[in-house]
Amino acid sequence: MISAIGNNVAESLASLENSKSGIGTLENIRSRHKTIIPVGEIKASNEELTAMAGLRPDQQSTRTALLGLIAVQEALSSSGISDIKEFRTGIISATSVGGMCTTEDLWYDYLDKEKSGPWLKYIEAHECGDSTEFIADHTGIKDYLSTISTACSSSANAIMFGARLIKHGILDRVVVGGTDSMTRFTINGFMTLMILDKEKCKPFDAERQGLNLGEAAGFIVIESEKASKGKEIYAELSGYGNSNDAFHQTASSPDGAGAYLAMEKAFKVSGLKPTDIDYINAHGTGTSINDLSEGTAIDKLFSKNVPSISSTKAFTGHTLAACAAIEGIFSILAIKNNMIFPNLNYENPMTELSFKPSTIQDKSKKINHVLSNSFGFGGNTSALIFSRHN
Amino acid sequence: MEAYINGIGIISPQQTFDTADFLTEVVEHNSKSLPCIEPSYQEFLNPVLSRRMARIIKMSIAASSVCFKEANISIPDAIMTGTALGCLEDTEKFLSAIIENDEQFLTPTSFIQSTHNTVSAQIALQLKCMNYNFTYVHKGFSFESAVLDGLMTLAEGEAKNILVGGHDEMTDKYFRVCDRIGYWKKEENVPTMELINMKSDGSIAGEGASFFVLSNEKTESSYAVLRGIKAIYKPQSKQEIESKIAELLHSKELTFNDIDLVVYGINGDARFDKTYNILKDGIFKNSTSTYFKHLCGEYQTSGGFAMWLASNIIKRQMVPSAVLIGENKTKQIKNVLIYNTFLDTNHAVFLLSQC
Amino acid sequence: MDALIDQLKGEIIEQLNLEDLKKEDIDADATLFGEGLGLDSIDALELIVLLEKNHGIKVANPADGKKIFQSIRTMAEFIQANKK
Repeated sequence: MISAIGNNVAESLASLENSKSGIGTLENIRSRHKTIIPVGEIKASNEELTAMAGLRPDQQSTRTALLGLIAVQEALSSSGISDIKEFRTGIISATSVGGMCTTEDLWYDYLDKEKSGPWLKYIEAHECGDSTEFIADHTGIKDYLSTISTACSSSANAIMFGARLIKHGILDRVVVGGTDSMTRFTINGFMTLMILDKEKCKPFDAERQGLNLGEAAGFIVIESEKASKGKEIYAELSGYGNSNDAFHQTASSPDGAGAYLAMEKAFKVSGLKPTDIDYINAHGTGTSINDLSEGTAIDKLFSKNVPSISSTKAFTGHTLAACAAIEGIFSILAIKNNMIFPNLNYENPMTELSFKPSTIQDKSKKINHVLSNSFGFGGNTSALIFSRHN
Repeated sequence: MEAYINGIGIISPQQTFDTADFLTEVVEHNSKSLPCIEPSYQEFLNPVLSRRMARIIKMSIAASSVCFKEANISIPDAIMTGTALGCLEDTEKFLSAIIENDEQFLTPTSFIQSTHNTVSAQIALQLKCMNYNFTYVHKGFSFESAVLDGLMTLAEGEAKNILVGGHDEMTDKYFRVCDRIGYWKKEENVPTMELINMKSDGSIAGEGASFFVLSNEKTESSYAVLRGIKAIYKPQSKQEIESKIAELLHSKELTFNDIDLVVYGINGDARFDKTYNILKDGIFKNSTSTYFKHLCGEYQTSGGFAMWLASNIIKRQMVPSAVLIGENKTKQIKNVLIYNTFLDTNHAVFLLSQC
Repeated sequence: MDALIDQLKGEIIEQLNLEDLKKEDIDADATLFGEGLGLDSIDALELIVLLEKNHGIKVANPADGKKIFQSIRTMAEFIQANKK
C-alpha cells in the first residue's frame, strides 16, 4: 500500500502507531485551492513514483496507474508469490478517477490537432481499466482482469468480487484493491458539494465540518486454500455485503438504511454475530451526513452496544476508490497486532449517537474480528468482515 | 452457472427499442459516429428527477424499464452494469468548466453525474431498489464482467431476477480525441453495408444502452439461455483463443461442431479483423457467420448489442440478412457463440443456447 | 424588487434546467423546496453558485441556504440586503 502516511505497509503501521497524520498542504498538482484545502497527499512526483516502481522513464503512466503498480508489487512480494503463472491469477482493481489525473492537464491539447507528442499515449490511459491493464502487464497477471467503480465503496466491491471469483473456482488467487490519485477534478467536485473541511477532518465529532481528500493505492492478495498451502495467512475475509441506500444521488439517508443492510448481509455471509466484532473501522469521512447516517446504522445493528470503533480518515484523508482497500489492510493489521487505531481530532461527542470513537492507541485486547465499512455516491454501501485465521 | 434471458431493453443506432421489430429496416447513418435512435422519455421518467439527467442516463432508464416490463418483474434482486467511460458528457462538461473558469463558479450537477456508477445508482433510485448494485468499468470487459457477476449471483441462489446492462455514449469531442490515435477510419464515407469489405485501418464509432433481465427461471418471455462467458486478455496465439473457446464448450459438453451460428465483432479495422477470420475460416467454418458492428458502431460495451442480436436470432429462429456473412448454413439454431474484441486487447466469448 | 424577482425566475429556470416551466408559472412566494417547486439539496448548491456568479454574494455555509431559498421573494430580499 501507498498513501500519505507511508510508501508501504511497514511505514503506514509506524504512522498509525505514532498518531502521525498525513494531512497537509497540496504540493504536486496546481490548483487555486491549494492553500485553502488540506489533503492527504503522497509526497512523490510521478517521475519518482516511476522509479519507485522500478520502471524506465519512458514507461511512465498516469499517477493512478503508478500508485496501483507500487502497491501491487508490495502485495505480491509480501504474499511470497514468485511465479505468477503457478496458479490462475487475476486482478480486480477499483478506481474512481482513472486517468483523469492526466486528462485534466492535457484535455485541450488532445482536442488541438496542431499539437502532438508522445503524450498522445495518455488518451487511452483515460479509461479506468487502463490502470488495471498497466498493473497486470508489469506483473504478468493475465487470467482475469476487471475494474470496479462505485465511487467511495469501489475497492470494498473489488475485494468482494475477487473473493467470489475464488469461491466459484474461476481463479486460484486474485489481487484485489484500488487506486486513486489526487486530481483537480475531484477537489473541485467535492468543493461544489461544500463538504471539504478547511481544517483537518474530525470524524464523528459534533463540530465536524467535512472531509479531507487523499490519494492512495492498496491491494490485498486473496488465495484459495490450494494456492495458500504452507504460507503465512494474514487473515480471512469472512463476510461481505453490498446494498444500495436508494435515497439520494449523493447523500446518505439519515437512518443509514443502506449501510444497515450492507452490514447485515456481511454478518449473514460470515455467520458471526455483532457481539463477535472487536473493532469497527468506520467509513467515518467527517461529513455531517455520513457520520450521522453510518453511526445511526451502527447503533441500530449493535443495539447501542458498539465495540471499539474509529475512522482512520484523519490519517490518510478520504482516498475514494482506494479507501476500502487501505482500510481493509488496516483491519488486517489490527488483527495481526491486536491494535486499535485512534480516531484523530475528536473532541465533542455527537448527541445523536450512543458511542464515542476510540481516541488512543489501544493494545489492550485481542482482536479477532474487524468490521470495515465503505459507502459511496449513488447510495452504494459496502461492509467487509476480516477475521483471524485459525 | 446458467441464466435465462427473460427481458431485453436496448437503445442503439438501430430501431431496437421497439421489441416487436427485429432489424426489418436497417438505418444507415451518414456518419463515422453512429448516434442512438432515442425514444420519447416521457413515460419512463419522472420530470423532477430527469431534468438533470444526461442522455446516457435517460437512455439507460428507458431501456431497463422496457426490459423489466418484458420480463414481468418490478424490482430486480441485483443490478450490475458495465461502462467503460461512464457518463462522458457530464465528465467533459465538468472538466471543461474547471479549465475554462479556472476552478471557479462550478456547480455540482455535472460532477455528481460524472461518477461512473451514476446509471446503476439512478436505476436503483427510481425503483427504490436497495439490493446489490455494482458497476464495472474495464474497457471491453465492462459489460462482460457484469454478465459474469450476474451468472455468479444467480448461482449463489439468493437472487431470482437480476438486471445486467452495458452503456456507453459517444460525444463529439471524444470522437475527435480518439480519432487522433487511429480509432476511426480516415475515409470520408463509410457506407454501412461496406464496412466489412474495407481493407483500411480504423472503425466507426458507436454507442448504446443494453439491458437484460437474467433469471434462473424459464418463462414465456425467455429468449435464450446464457450458458457461459469467458474473457481472454491479450491472447498471444490462435491456439490460446481456440483452447479458451474449447474450455467453455467442453464445460457444457459441446464441441466446435455444435455451434450453429457465430456472432463476430468484425468492425472493418484491417488490424484486428484477422482474429475473426481465423475463427470463421477455421474451427467455425461449418457454422453460419454473422456480424453487427456496422449497425451499432465500435464501442466498449458493444457486447450488449451482440447479446441482443444472438438472443433474438435464437428466439425467432431467424437471421436478418443485414447481419449475415455468406449463406445461412443451418436450419435450426440451437447454439450461438459470440466472439467480440475491443482493440485486440479484450476478447470475450459468450455461449447462448435455445431454451 | 419586482424586476429582481423576474430576473431571478429566469436565472433559476436556466440554472436548474426547469425547461418545462415559464416565469409566470412560478409564484414568487411559493416554497422552492419540498412541496412547491420540488427542489432538493443539489439545487440548493446550484443556487449558492448562482448567487455568487450572478450577484457577487458568497454563502459560506450551505445550511444558511434553507432560510435564503425559502421562496424567490426571500432570495431577492437577501440579494438586496447583501448587495455591495
